Amino acid sequence: MKVSMTVNGKAASADVEPRTLLVEYLRDHLELTGTHVGCDTGQCGACTVHLDGRAVKACSVLAGQAEGAEVTTIEGLANGSEELHPMQAAFREYHGLQCGFCTPGMVMAAVDLVKTHPGASDETIREQLEGNICRCTGYENIVRAVKAGAASMGGQ
Amino acid sequence: MYDFQYHRPTSLDEASRMLSGAEEASFIAGGQTLLQTLRQRLAQPSDVVDLGGIAELRGISREGDNVVIGAMSRHNEVAGSADVAGAIPALATLAGGIGDAQVRNMGTIGGSIANNDPAADYPAGLLGLGATVVTNNREIPADDFFVDMFETALEPGEIIRSVRFPVPQRAGYVKFDQPASRYALVGVMVSQGAGGVRVAVTGAGPSVFRVSEMEDALGRDFSADAIAGIRIPSDGLNADIHGSPEYRAHLVTVIAQRAVNAALQAH
Ligand SMILES: Cc1cc2nc3c(=O)[nH]c(=O)nc-3n(C[C@H](O)[C@H](O)[C@H](O)COP(=O)(O)OP(=O)(O)OC[C@H]3O[C@@H](n4cnc5c(N)ncnc54)[C@H](O)[C@@H]3O)c2cc1C
Ligand code: FES
Ligand code: FES
Repeated sequence: MKVSMTVNGKAASADVEPRTLLVEYLRDHLELTGTHVGCDTGQCGACTVHLDGRAVKACSVLAGQAEGAEVTTIEGLANGSEELHPMQAAFREYHGLQCGFCTPGMVMAAVDLVKTHPGASDETIREQLEGNICRCTGYENIVRAVKAGAASMGGQ
Repeated sequence: MYDFQYHRPTSLDEASRMLSGAEEASFIAGGQTLLQTLRQRLAQPSDVVDLGGIAELRGISREGDNVVIGAMSRHNEVAGSADVAGAIPALATLAGGIGDAQVRNMGTIGGSIANNDPAADYPAGLLGLGATVVTNNREIPADDFFVDMFETALEPGEIIRSVRFPVPQRAGYVKFDQPASRYALVGVMVSQGAGGVRVAVTGAGPSVFRVSEMEDALGRDFSADAIAGIRIPSDGLNADIHGSPEYRAHLVTVIAQRAVNAALQAH
Protein backbone atom coordinates (compact mmCIF):
# COMPACT_ATOMS: atom_id res chain seq x y z
CA MET A 1 0.00 0.00 0.00
CA LYS A 2 1.11 3.55 -0.60
CA VAL A 3 1.76 5.91 2.31
CA SER A 4 2.47 9.61 1.96
CA MET A 5 3.44 12.11 4.59
CA THR A 6 5.66 15.13 5.11
CA VAL A 7 8.97 14.19 6.69
CA ASN A 8 11.27 16.97 7.87
CA GLY A 9 9.43 19.44 5.69
CA LYS A 10 9.60 17.37 2.47
CA ALA A 11 6.89 15.26 0.88
CA ALA A 12 7.76 11.56 1.15
CA SER A 13 5.88 8.53 -0.07
CA ALA A 14 6.62 4.85 -0.46
CA ASP A 15 4.98 1.55 -1.26
CA VAL A 16 5.00 -0.50 1.95
CA GLU A 17 3.45 -3.57 3.51
CA PRO A 18 0.52 -2.63 5.79
CA ARG A 19 2.39 -3.96 8.83
CA THR A 20 5.26 -1.48 8.33
CA LEU A 21 5.96 0.52 11.48
CA LEU A 22 6.66 4.24 11.21
CA VAL A 23 10.21 3.63 12.46
CA GLU A 24 10.80 1.03 9.71
CA TYR A 25 9.42 3.42 7.12
CA LEU A 26 11.79 6.16 8.30
CA ARG A 27 14.88 3.99 8.65
CA ASP A 28 14.48 1.42 5.87
CA HIS A 29 12.55 3.32 3.22
CA LEU A 30 13.74 6.90 3.76
CA GLU A 31 17.18 5.94 5.16
CA LEU A 32 16.75 8.30 8.11
CA THR A 33 18.68 6.14 10.55
CA GLY A 34 19.03 8.81 13.25
CA THR A 35 15.85 7.43 14.79
CA HIS A 36 17.01 4.43 16.84
CA VAL A 37 15.34 1.19 17.89
CA GLY A 38 16.31 0.14 21.40
CA CYS A 39 13.61 -2.31 22.38
CA ASP A 40 10.75 -4.23 20.89
CA THR A 41 8.15 -3.33 23.45
CA GLY A 42 7.50 0.43 23.38
CA GLN A 43 9.46 1.00 26.58
CA CYS A 44 12.74 2.76 25.76
CA GLY A 45 11.83 5.87 23.73
CA ALA A 46 14.96 5.71 21.50
CA CYS A 47 12.62 5.85 18.49
CA THR A 48 10.85 9.09 19.55
CA VAL A 49 9.86 11.39 16.66
CA HIS A 50 7.29 14.16 16.34
CA LEU A 51 4.00 13.28 14.69
CA ASP A 52 2.04 16.45 13.96
CA GLY A 53 4.20 18.20 16.54
CA ARG A 54 3.84 15.70 19.41
CA ALA A 55 6.42 13.18 20.61
CA VAL A 56 5.47 9.57 19.86
CA LYS A 57 7.31 6.25 19.80
CA ALA A 58 7.79 5.50 16.10
CA CYS A 59 8.09 1.78 16.88
CA SER A 60 4.52 1.82 18.22
CA VAL A 61 2.81 3.58 15.30
CA LEU A 62 2.03 2.07 11.90
CA ALA A 63 3.31 4.00 8.90
CA GLY A 64 -0.33 3.97 7.72
CA GLN A 65 -1.45 5.76 10.90
CA ALA A 66 0.85 8.66 9.91
CA GLU A 67 -0.75 9.04 6.46
CA GLY A 68 -0.92 12.73 5.59
CA ALA A 69 0.86 13.77 8.80
CA GLU A 70 3.87 16.00 9.46
CA VAL A 71 6.75 13.96 10.86
CA THR A 72 9.96 15.43 12.28
CA THR A 73 12.97 13.26 13.07
CA ILE A 74 16.28 14.16 14.70
CA GLU A 75 17.67 14.85 11.20
CA GLY A 76 15.07 17.55 10.65
CA LEU A 77 15.33 19.28 13.99
CA ALA A 78 18.00 21.78 12.94
CA ASN A 79 15.80 22.64 9.97
CA GLY A 80 18.47 22.18 7.32
CA SER A 81 20.81 24.63 9.02
CA GLU A 82 24.47 23.77 9.70
CA GLU A 83 24.02 24.75 13.33
CA LEU A 84 22.66 22.34 15.89
CA HIS A 85 19.21 22.92 17.32
CA PRO A 86 19.56 24.58 20.78
CA MET A 87 18.50 21.32 22.49
CA GLN A 88 21.14 19.34 20.59
CA ALA A 89 23.75 21.97 21.46
CA ALA A 90 22.76 21.77 25.14
CA PHE A 91 23.14 17.97 25.17
CA ARG A 92 26.67 18.41 23.79
CA GLU A 93 27.61 21.19 26.16
CA TYR A 94 26.23 19.53 29.31
CA HIS A 95 27.41 15.99 28.49
CA GLY A 96 23.83 14.76 28.28
CA LEU A 97 25.10 11.66 26.48
CA GLN A 98 27.73 8.97 26.73
CA CYS A 99 27.22 6.23 24.13
CA GLY A 100 24.58 8.37 22.40
CA PHE A 101 22.16 5.57 21.60
CA CYS A 102 19.24 7.07 23.52
CA THR A 103 20.10 10.65 22.52
CA PRO A 104 17.96 11.19 19.39
CA GLY A 105 14.89 10.04 21.34
CA MET A 106 15.85 12.08 24.41
CA VAL A 107 16.30 15.23 22.33
CA MET A 108 12.99 14.78 20.48
CA ALA A 109 11.15 14.11 23.75
CA ALA A 110 12.87 17.11 25.35
CA VAL A 111 11.84 19.49 22.57
CA ASP A 112 8.18 18.41 22.97
CA LEU A 113 8.51 18.77 26.76
CA VAL A 114 9.67 22.39 26.42
CA LYS A 115 6.59 23.19 24.32
CA THR A 116 4.09 21.51 26.64
CA HIS A 117 5.77 22.41 29.96
CA PRO A 118 7.53 25.76 29.60
CA GLY A 119 9.73 26.53 32.59
CA ALA A 120 9.62 22.89 33.77
CA SER A 121 11.25 22.05 37.11
CA ASP A 122 13.77 19.21 37.43
CA GLU A 123 10.97 17.04 38.78
CA THR A 124 8.69 17.76 35.82
CA ILE A 125 11.54 17.11 33.38
CA ARG A 126 12.15 13.72 34.99
CA GLU A 127 8.44 12.88 34.90
CA GLN A 128 8.05 13.91 31.28
CA LEU A 129 11.08 11.83 30.26
CA GLU A 130 9.78 8.66 31.93
CA GLY A 131 9.28 7.14 28.48
CA ASN A 132 12.97 7.47 27.60
CA ILE A 133 15.51 5.07 29.05
CA CYS A 134 19.25 5.80 29.20
CA ARG A 135 21.60 3.03 30.24
CA CYS A 136 24.71 5.25 30.53
CA THR A 137 24.32 8.68 32.05
CA GLY A 138 22.29 8.18 35.20
CA TYR A 139 20.09 11.02 33.87
CA GLU A 140 21.70 13.85 35.91
CA ASN A 141 23.35 15.50 32.92
CA ILE A 142 20.33 14.85 30.73
CA VAL A 143 18.16 16.87 33.12
CA ARG A 144 20.80 19.65 33.15
CA ALA A 145 20.97 19.63 29.36
CA VAL A 146 17.18 19.79 29.00
CA LYS A 147 17.02 22.74 31.39
CA ALA A 148 19.73 24.58 29.49
CA GLY A 149 18.21 23.66 26.14
CA ALA A 150 14.82 24.92 27.31
CA ALA A 151 16.37 28.22 28.36
CA SER A 152 18.09 28.73 25.02
CA MET A 153 14.90 27.77 23.16
CA GLY A 154 13.26 30.64 25.02
CA GLY A 155 10.35 28.48 26.08
CA GLN A 156 9.21 27.64 22.55
CA MET B 1 4.39 -9.09 13.03
CA TYR B 2 2.20 -10.98 10.57
CA ASP B 3 0.90 -8.89 7.71
CA PHE B 4 -2.74 -7.82 7.40
CA GLN B 5 -5.06 -5.75 5.25
CA TYR B 6 -5.17 -2.16 6.50
CA HIS B 7 -8.28 0.04 6.25
CA ARG B 8 -8.82 3.65 7.21
CA PRO B 9 -12.57 4.44 7.14
CA THR B 10 -13.83 8.00 7.60
CA SER B 11 -17.23 7.16 9.15
CA LEU B 12 -18.64 4.66 11.62
CA ASP B 13 -20.89 3.13 8.96
CA GLU B 14 -17.95 2.57 6.68
CA ALA B 15 -15.98 1.02 9.57
CA SER B 16 -18.80 -1.44 10.33
CA ARG B 17 -19.06 -2.39 6.66
CA MET B 18 -15.32 -3.04 6.42
CA LEU B 19 -15.53 -5.17 9.50
CA SER B 20 -18.36 -7.37 8.33
CA GLY B 21 -16.47 -8.10 5.11
CA ALA B 22 -13.35 -9.27 6.95
CA GLU B 23 -12.38 -12.73 8.14
CA GLU B 24 -10.96 -11.69 11.49
CA ALA B 25 -10.68 -7.96 12.00
CA SER B 26 -9.29 -5.81 14.76
CA PHE B 27 -9.69 -2.09 15.36
CA ILE B 28 -6.67 0.06 15.94
CA ALA B 29 -7.05 3.31 17.89
CA GLY B 30 -3.73 4.58 19.33
CA GLY B 31 -2.07 1.21 18.72
CA GLN B 32 -0.12 1.42 21.99
CA THR B 33 -1.45 -1.93 23.17
CA LEU B 34 -2.47 -3.56 19.90
CA LEU B 35 0.89 -3.10 18.15
CA GLN B 36 2.78 -4.65 21.08
CA THR B 37 0.41 -7.64 20.88
CA LEU B 38 0.85 -7.98 17.12
CA ARG B 39 4.63 -7.62 17.33
CA GLN B 40 4.77 -10.53 19.75
CA ARG B 41 2.55 -12.47 17.34
CA LEU B 42 -0.01 -13.00 20.10
CA ALA B 43 -2.76 -12.20 17.60
CA GLN B 44 -3.10 -12.53 13.85
CA PRO B 45 -5.96 -10.42 12.51
CA SER B 46 -6.59 -10.65 8.75
CA ASP B 47 -7.69 -7.00 8.71
CA VAL B 48 -6.87 -3.96 10.82
CA VAL B 49 -9.42 -1.14 10.77
CA ASP B 50 -7.92 2.21 11.82
CA LEU B 51 -10.40 4.36 13.76
CA GLY B 52 -8.08 7.40 13.50
CA GLY B 53 -9.82 8.89 10.47
CA ILE B 54 -13.34 8.97 11.93
CA ALA B 55 -14.25 12.52 12.98
CA GLU B 56 -17.34 11.33 14.95
CA LEU B 57 -15.04 9.68 17.51
CA ARG B 58 -13.17 12.86 18.41
CA GLY B 59 -13.79 15.80 20.68
CA ILE B 60 -14.36 16.56 24.34
CA SER B 61 -17.34 18.66 25.44
CA ARG B 62 -19.38 19.71 28.44
CA GLU B 63 -23.03 18.81 27.91
CA GLY B 64 -25.15 19.98 30.85
CA ASP B 65 -24.24 17.89 33.89
CA ASN B 66 -21.96 15.62 31.88
CA VAL B 67 -18.56 15.66 30.24
CA VAL B 68 -18.54 13.66 27.00
CA ILE B 69 -15.20 12.35 25.76
CA GLY B 70 -14.89 10.95 22.24
CA ALA B 71 -13.39 7.44 22.03
CA MET B 72 -10.37 8.61 19.98
CA SER B 73 -9.38 11.28 22.54
CA ARG B 74 -5.70 10.83 23.39
CA HIS B 75 -4.75 10.62 27.07
CA ASN B 76 -2.89 13.95 26.75
CA GLU B 77 -5.95 15.63 25.24
CA VAL B 78 -8.02 14.59 28.24
CA ALA B 79 -5.26 15.64 30.65
CA GLY B 80 -5.04 19.06 28.99
CA SER B 81 -8.74 19.72 28.37
CA ALA B 82 -10.15 22.82 30.09
CA ASP B 83 -13.62 21.19 30.16
CA VAL B 84 -12.26 18.15 32.00
CA ALA B 85 -10.04 20.16 34.35
CA GLY B 86 -12.94 22.47 35.22
CA ALA B 87 -15.55 19.78 35.83
CA ILE B 88 -13.65 16.61 36.89
CA PRO B 89 -10.04 17.46 37.75
CA ALA B 90 -9.52 13.92 39.07
CA LEU B 91 -10.06 12.61 35.54
CA ALA B 92 -7.43 15.00 34.15
CA THR B 93 -5.03 13.76 36.84
CA LEU B 94 -5.80 10.15 35.90
CA ALA B 95 -5.20 10.70 32.17
CA GLY B 96 -2.02 12.70 32.82
CA GLY B 97 -0.57 9.83 34.88
CA ILE B 98 -0.98 7.08 32.27
CA GLY B 99 2.27 5.55 31.03
CA ASP B 100 4.63 8.20 29.68
CA ALA B 101 4.35 11.33 27.54
CA GLN B 102 4.73 9.48 24.22
CA VAL B 103 2.14 6.84 25.17
CA ARG B 104 -0.24 9.64 26.25
CA ASN B 105 0.16 11.34 22.87
CA MET B 106 -1.10 8.23 21.03
CA GLY B 107 -3.17 6.12 23.47
CA THR B 108 -6.92 6.71 23.60
CA ILE B 109 -9.71 6.33 26.15
CA GLY B 110 -11.62 4.00 23.80
CA GLY B 111 -8.63 1.70 23.34
CA SER B 112 -7.89 1.65 27.03
CA ILE B 113 -11.38 0.62 28.14
CA ALA B 114 -11.91 -1.82 25.25
CA ASN B 115 -8.71 -3.54 26.32
CA ASN B 116 -9.65 -3.59 30.06
CA ASP B 117 -6.17 -4.37 31.32
CA PRO B 118 -6.47 -5.30 35.02
CA ALA B 119 -3.89 -2.60 35.89
CA ALA B 120 -5.18 0.16 33.57
CA ASP B 121 -6.30 3.53 34.97
CA TYR B 122 -9.42 4.41 32.97
CA PRO B 123 -11.52 1.44 34.16
CA ALA B 124 -11.29 2.88 37.71
CA GLY B 125 -12.14 6.32 36.30
CA LEU B 126 -15.30 5.10 34.58
CA LEU B 127 -16.52 2.85 37.39
CA GLY B 128 -15.61 5.31 40.15
CA LEU B 129 -17.39 8.20 38.44
CA GLY B 130 -20.41 6.16 37.30
CA ALA B 131 -19.79 6.83 33.60
CA THR B 132 -21.70 5.44 30.62
CA VAL B 133 -20.06 3.92 27.54
CA VAL B 134 -21.79 4.97 24.31
CA THR B 135 -21.25 2.57 21.38
CA ASN B 136 -22.44 2.61 17.78
CA ASN B 137 -25.65 0.87 18.84
CA ARG B 138 -26.30 1.23 22.60
CA GLU B 139 -25.34 2.70 25.96
CA ILE B 140 -23.61 0.56 28.59
CA PRO B 141 -23.23 1.69 32.23
CA ALA B 142 -19.68 1.26 33.55
CA ASP B 143 -21.10 -1.14 36.18
CA ASP B 144 -21.95 -3.59 33.35
CA PHE B 145 -19.09 -2.78 30.96
CA PHE B 146 -16.01 -4.25 32.68
CA VAL B 147 -16.68 -7.99 32.81
CA ASP B 148 -13.37 -9.68 33.66
CA MET B 149 -9.64 -9.55 32.93
CA PHE B 150 -9.29 -8.20 29.35
CA GLU B 151 -13.02 -8.79 28.88
CA THR B 152 -15.80 -6.24 28.38
CA ALA B 153 -19.49 -6.22 27.47
CA LEU B 154 -18.65 -5.16 23.88
CA GLU B 155 -20.02 -7.46 21.17
CA PRO B 156 -17.67 -8.43 18.33
CA GLY B 157 -17.49 -5.48 15.93
CA GLU B 158 -19.13 -3.03 18.34
CA ILE B 159 -17.41 0.37 18.32
CA ILE B 160 -17.13 2.69 21.32
CA ARG B 161 -18.13 6.21 20.24
CA SER B 162 -17.68 8.12 23.49
CA VAL B 163 -17.79 7.98 27.27
CA ARG B 164 -20.23 10.16 29.23
CA PHE B 165 -19.11 11.18 32.73
CA PRO B 166 -21.60 12.78 35.15
CA VAL B 167 -19.94 15.76 36.85
CA PRO B 168 -19.50 14.85 40.55
CA GLN B 169 -19.49 17.19 43.53
CA ARG B 170 -16.01 15.95 44.29
CA ALA B 171 -13.68 13.21 43.12
CA GLY B 172 -10.09 12.08 43.63
CA TYR B 173 -7.85 9.59 41.85
CA VAL B 174 -4.62 8.26 43.30
CA LYS B 175 -2.46 5.51 41.85
CA PHE B 176 0.38 3.63 43.45
CA ASP B 177 2.31 2.79 40.34
CA GLN B 178 4.56 -0.06 39.52
CA PRO B 179 7.63 2.05 38.73
CA ALA B 180 8.90 0.15 35.69
CA SER B 181 5.66 0.12 33.69
CA ARG B 182 3.79 2.91 35.52
CA TYR B 183 0.64 0.78 35.39
CA ALA B 184 -1.33 0.71 38.65
CA LEU B 185 -0.26 -1.70 41.36
CA VAL B 186 -3.35 -0.22 42.97
CA GLY B 187 -5.34 2.79 41.76
CA VAL B 188 -8.48 4.15 43.41
CA MET B 189 -11.10 6.60 42.13
CA VAL B 190 -13.43 7.99 44.80
CA SER B 191 -16.34 10.26 43.95
CA GLN B 192 -19.38 11.82 45.57
CA GLY B 193 -22.22 13.08 43.42
CA ALA B 194 -25.89 12.76 42.54
CA GLY B 195 -25.53 8.96 42.44
CA GLY B 196 -23.99 8.79 45.93
CA VAL B 197 -20.45 7.78 46.81
CA ARG B 198 -18.46 5.45 44.55
CA VAL B 199 -15.13 3.78 45.26
CA ALA B 200 -13.51 1.87 42.37
CA VAL B 201 -10.24 -0.05 42.55
CA THR B 202 -7.98 -1.03 39.65
CA GLY B 203 -4.75 -3.05 39.70
CA ALA B 204 -5.67 -5.11 42.73
CA GLY B 205 -7.95 -7.72 41.16
CA PRO B 206 -8.49 -9.43 37.79
CA SER B 207 -10.76 -6.53 36.79
CA VAL B 208 -11.81 -3.20 38.31
CA PHE B 209 -14.25 -3.48 41.26
CA ARG B 210 -16.21 -1.32 43.72
CA VAL B 211 -15.87 -1.47 47.51
CA SER B 212 -19.39 -1.07 48.92
CA GLU B 213 -18.28 -1.06 52.55
CA MET B 214 -16.13 2.02 51.88
CA GLU B 215 -18.92 3.63 49.87
CA ASP B 216 -21.35 3.23 52.80
CA ALA B 217 -18.86 4.61 55.31
CA LEU B 218 -18.00 7.59 53.11
CA GLY B 219 -21.70 8.24 52.52
CA ARG B 220 -22.05 8.80 56.26
CA ASP B 221 -18.79 10.70 56.71
CA PHE B 222 -16.70 11.72 53.70
CA SER B 223 -13.29 11.63 55.35
CA ALA B 224 -10.17 9.47 55.16
CA ASP B 225 -10.67 8.43 58.80
CA ALA B 226 -14.07 6.93 57.97
CA ILE B 227 -12.43 4.16 55.92
CA ALA B 228 -9.16 3.76 57.82
CA GLY B 229 -10.36 0.54 59.47
CA ILE B 230 -11.82 -1.10 56.37
CA ARG B 231 -9.70 -3.92 54.98
CA ILE B 232 -10.80 -5.75 51.85
CA PRO B 233 -10.29 -9.52 51.75
CA SER B 234 -7.18 -10.60 49.82
CA ASP B 235 -8.86 -13.71 48.33
CA GLY B 236 -8.78 -13.59 44.55
CA LEU B 237 -6.54 -10.50 44.32
CA ASN B 238 -3.60 -10.43 41.90
CA ALA B 239 -0.29 -12.02 42.84
CA ASP B 240 2.89 -11.28 40.89
CA ILE B 241 6.52 -10.29 41.46
CA HIS B 242 5.42 -6.75 42.26
CA GLY B 243 3.15 -7.61 45.17
CA SER B 244 1.22 -10.32 47.00
CA PRO B 245 -2.58 -10.30 47.36
CA GLU B 246 -2.16 -9.30 51.04
CA TYR B 247 0.05 -6.34 50.05
CA ARG B 248 -2.47 -5.21 47.45
CA ALA B 249 -5.34 -5.50 49.94
CA HIS B 250 -3.37 -3.32 52.37
CA LEU B 251 -2.64 -0.79 49.60
CA VAL B 252 -6.33 -0.49 48.73
CA THR B 253 -7.10 1.02 52.14
CA VAL B 254 -4.06 3.32 52.04
CA ILE B 255 -4.66 4.56 48.50
CA ALA B 256 -8.42 4.92 49.00
CA GLN B 257 -7.73 7.22 51.95
CA ARG B 258 -5.35 9.28 49.83
CA ALA B 259 -7.97 9.47 47.08
CA VAL B 260 -10.51 10.79 49.61
CA ASN B 261 -8.02 13.44 50.71
CA ALA B 262 -7.32 14.34 47.08
CA ALA B 263 -11.08 14.76 46.52
CA LEU B 264 -11.40 16.99 49.57
CA GLN B 265 -8.44 19.13 48.49
CA ALA B 266 -9.64 19.55 44.92
CA HIS B 267 -13.13 20.76 45.86
C1 LIG C 1 4.99 1.81 27.83
C2 LIG C 1 3.50 1.80 28.09
C3 LIG C 1 3.02 2.18 29.33
C4 LIG C 1 1.64 2.19 29.59
N1 LIG C 1 1.22 2.57 30.84
C5 LIG C 1 -0.11 2.58 31.11
C6 LIG C 1 -0.60 3.00 32.39
O1 LIG C 1 0.16 3.41 33.27
N2 LIG C 1 -1.94 2.98 32.61
C7 LIG C 1 -2.82 2.59 31.63
O2 LIG C 1 -4.02 2.62 31.88
N3 LIG C 1 -2.39 2.21 30.41
C8 LIG C 1 -1.07 2.19 30.13
N4 LIG C 1 -0.65 1.81 28.88
C9 LIG C 1 -1.65 1.43 27.87
C10 LIG C 1 -2.10 2.64 27.08
O3 LIG C 1 -2.92 3.47 27.89
C11 LIG C 1 -2.86 2.27 25.81
O4 LIG C 1 -2.92 3.44 25.07
C12 LIG C 1 -4.26 1.75 25.98
O5 LIG C 1 -4.35 0.68 26.84
C13 LIG C 1 -4.82 1.30 24.65
O6 LIG C 1 -5.24 2.40 23.95
P1 LIG C 1 -4.92 2.54 22.40
O7 LIG C 1 -5.69 3.71 21.94
O8 LIG C 1 -3.47 2.56 22.18
O9 LIG C 1 -5.62 1.22 21.81
P2 LIG C 1 -5.15 0.15 20.74
O10 LIG C 1 -3.88 -0.48 21.14
O11 LIG C 1 -5.22 0.75 19.38
O12 LIG C 1 -6.35 -0.88 20.88
C14 LIG C 1 -6.51 -1.70 22.02
C15 LIG C 1 -7.74 -2.59 21.85
O13 LIG C 1 -8.93 -1.82 21.91
C16 LIG C 1 -9.75 -2.00 20.76
N5 LIG C 1 -10.36 -0.69 20.48
C17 LIG C 1 -9.68 0.50 20.37
N6 LIG C 1 -10.55 1.51 20.18
C18 LIG C 1 -11.80 0.97 20.18
C19 LIG C 1 -13.13 1.52 20.03
N7 LIG C 1 -13.33 2.85 19.87
N8 LIG C 1 -14.17 0.68 20.07
C20 LIG C 1 -13.97 -0.66 20.26
N9 LIG C 1 -12.76 -1.23 20.39
C21 LIG C 1 -11.68 -0.43 20.37
C22 LIG C 1 -8.79 -2.49 19.70
O14 LIG C 1 -9.46 -3.29 18.76
C23 LIG C 1 -7.79 -3.30 20.51
O15 LIG C 1 -8.26 -4.58 20.72
C24 LIG C 1 0.72 1.80 28.58
C25 LIG C 1 1.20 1.42 27.32
C26 LIG C 1 2.57 1.42 27.06
C27 LIG C 1 3.07 1.03 25.69
S1 FES D 1 12.32 1.27 20.16
FE1 FES D 1 10.50 2.38 20.39
S2 FES D 1 10.26 2.45 22.50
FE2 FES D 1 12.06 1.26 22.30
S1 FES E 1 23.91 7.72 26.46
FE1 FES E 1 24.03 5.58 26.28
S2 FES E 1 21.97 4.97 26.53
FE2 FES E 1 21.90 7.07 26.98
